[in-house]
Amino acid sequence: MDRVTTTAGGVRASARVLARGDGRGGTVLPVLEGEGPLAVRRTRGSGAEARVMLVGAMSGPLGGDHFTVAAHAAAGARLRVGSAAATLALPGQDKTGARYDVRITVDDDAELSWLPEQLISAGGSDLHVTTSVELAAGARLLLREEQVLGRAGEEPGRLTSRLTVRIDGRCVLDQELACGPGAPGGWDGPAGLAGHRAVGQLVVVRPAFATGPPAARVFEEGAAVLPLVGPAVLVTAVAPDALRLRRLLDGALASLD
Amino acid sequence: MSRAALLVLADGRFPAGGHAHSGGAEAAVRAGRITDAASLEAFCRGRLYTSGVVAACVAAAAALGVDPGELDRAADARTPSPALRVTARRLGRQLMRAARSTWPSAELDALAALFPKGAHQPVVLGLAARAAGLGALDAAHCSLYEGVSGPATAVVRLLGLDPFDATAVLARLSAEMDRVAQEAMETGERVVTDGVDVLPARSAPLLEIGAEAHAAWAVRLFAS
Amino acid sequence: MHLDHHHDLPAAVSADARRPDGSRRALRIGLGGPVGSGKTATVAALCRALREELSLAVVTNDIYTREDAEFLLREAVLPPERITAVETGACPHTAIRDDISANLEAVEDLEDEVGPLDLVLVESGGDNLTATFSRGLVDAQVFVIDVAGGDDIPRKGGPGVATADLLIVNKTDLAPYVGSDLARMAADAKAARGDLPVVLQSLRSEGGVGEVADWVRERIAAWTA
Repeated sequence: MDRVTTTAGGVRASARVLARGDGRGGTVLPVLEGEGPLAVRRTRGSGAEARVMLVGAMSGPLGGDHFTVAAHAAAGARLRVGSAAATLALPGQDKTGARYDVRITVDDDAELSWLPEQLISAGGSDLHVTTSVELAAGARLLLREEQVLGRAGEEPGRLTSRLTVRIDGRCVLDQELACGPGAPGGWDGPAGLAGHRAVGQLVVVRPAFATGPPAARVFEEGAAVLPLVGPAVLVTAVAPDALRLRRLLDGALASLD
Repeated sequence: MSRAALLVLADGRFPAGGHAHSGGAEAAVRAGRITDAASLEAFCRGRLYTSGVVAACVAAAAALGVDPGELDRAADARTPSPALRVTARRLGRQLMRAARSTWPSAELDALAALFPKGAHQPVVLGLAARAAGLGALDAAHCSLYEGVSGPATAVVRLLGLDPFDATAVLARLSAEMDRVAQEAMETGERVVTDGVDVLPARSAPLLEIGAEAHAAWAVRLFAS
Repeated sequence: MHLDHHHDLPAAVSADARRPDGSRRALRIGLGGPVGSGKTATVAALCRALREELSLAVVTNDIYTREDAEFLLREAVLPPERITAVETGACPHTAIRDDISANLEAVEDLEDEVGPLDLVLVESGGDNLTATFSRGLVDAQVFVIDVAGGDDIPRKGGPGVATADLLIVNKTDLAPYVGSDLARMAADAKAARGDLPVVLQSLRSEGGVGEVADWVRERIAAWTA
């Protein structure tokens, strides 16, 4: 993992979750730790699944902050990670921008659902997100990311979000979205977002997709189901707002079953 | 490098299949997102800084001799839309044929043997540039230029846009293309030392969604 | 043009008479001509006439849709895997003349997937009188015009009428209804074409596509000789 030094004004915080099967069909959490603005709580799970909630004790990240969250589902684990509220990127005193790094690891015979609430890029903010996923050949994953450009009626901040997925060492998805003031030209044009203010991705990885991948298709005009080179599917979606984006992603996900 | 060879490779009449493709412009026209020269320019600029820069970096790295198999896998990972992967390989195969006839080269023969149904077009473009005695910067320029000239030509046919206006769009983008080509060459050089993970991965959501929608149409003028 | 060192690799040169494995490739015949002159109907009739004696496939070049390919599929003149549609980006003549790469790929894929083939018919999208096939794509070309398009077309000439290996004047059964003078069309065609053959044809009458099928058989015989 690369360590980026932020200037003195920023907060550096990290959270870690490790889940593994307890050998009796349940999931235990030998590591569950967070600090400062990144608190983690175990909540009521269902069946074999353990649920963890990221609780933002402060709004953030602000300019200069650097947050890191690492989640690892080891053999036998069924882990679901959510967040209590949307993450709001805000401008800070520090002009260097903020970083948010998510590291997800899923071993064979393990399953992770990464379903945080939206990331909202508030006006004047500058956030760089990286989400890096390492999966074993037999791992299962459901990952959702939603970016909302600006609070209601507000110009968005600058947001760069890179999502990388490796399965059994092979990179099956590497994509970066860059938007907001100062982003490379054309980001809001007819090829990019064309005025849409919510954009999202689902990554679904199931070993069964290796032999029976879902067909590529457009879902309700704003989303596309895109089988990747590997046992994985990306759903990419754009919508006018967060609510309609969530409906699109939920609908596209349901259509995979 | 030979400046004339660069013109041969970059010529829109180079017979490598590009004329049948709109680079996503047909889908954007149908969706009402390209309606005139200004929206064409915004579309082309969006392509330039997303799929365009990725393709240019791949082409530059290939021109510098980076393993084509690795570059092809990296291009797959950066092209989540299956319709766009099919298009990239189809155009790669067509370019491979044209380039092998134009500039016979053992490297292009080896690439054709490795990918009989086509490698991603920018990988082939980089090796074609090598075979033509061109460098990484030339390959990047070629890649960027065809990434925007294809949509511009297509929009002339689709909308009846004044061809002078469409060409002026390309001229207005030229300084940006020069800058991005320079960056792509530098990225290509970093790929030589640090591997394909340093390739950019910028994406344009509507290009991907539009490509899948377009692939499902029964009636269309362009293949992509 | 042959580049012999390429022969253990996927074909690089379009006009090579041999496939990468050394076997003889199929004879390729192009059919061009204006919109509505009866190219697709002629292709369909040729398939019906020849499919028992030859291993056949068809490549269509539609301008705007896959309609020609779909017509052939609907008519079931050949099994679907023997029919491929190439998309031409609004320029059908470019795909058969200036940039033939997509058509060459379609032909090669057909030979790989359903071959060995004796004959591939490449039908162009309906175009104008100047549209001709590249010699890199086809070995012989047929130009199809019809009596309803105006009986002055043979006199006007143009590359298709003047230089195609076979000129078909189609829909002769309609001549009385559209006031076309068949004798004049034949004489003008002769004047424009010299010794190159002309067939006056009506697919609705008894002879049907017979004369054209015979011409194709002669080309096949010469190709495999």
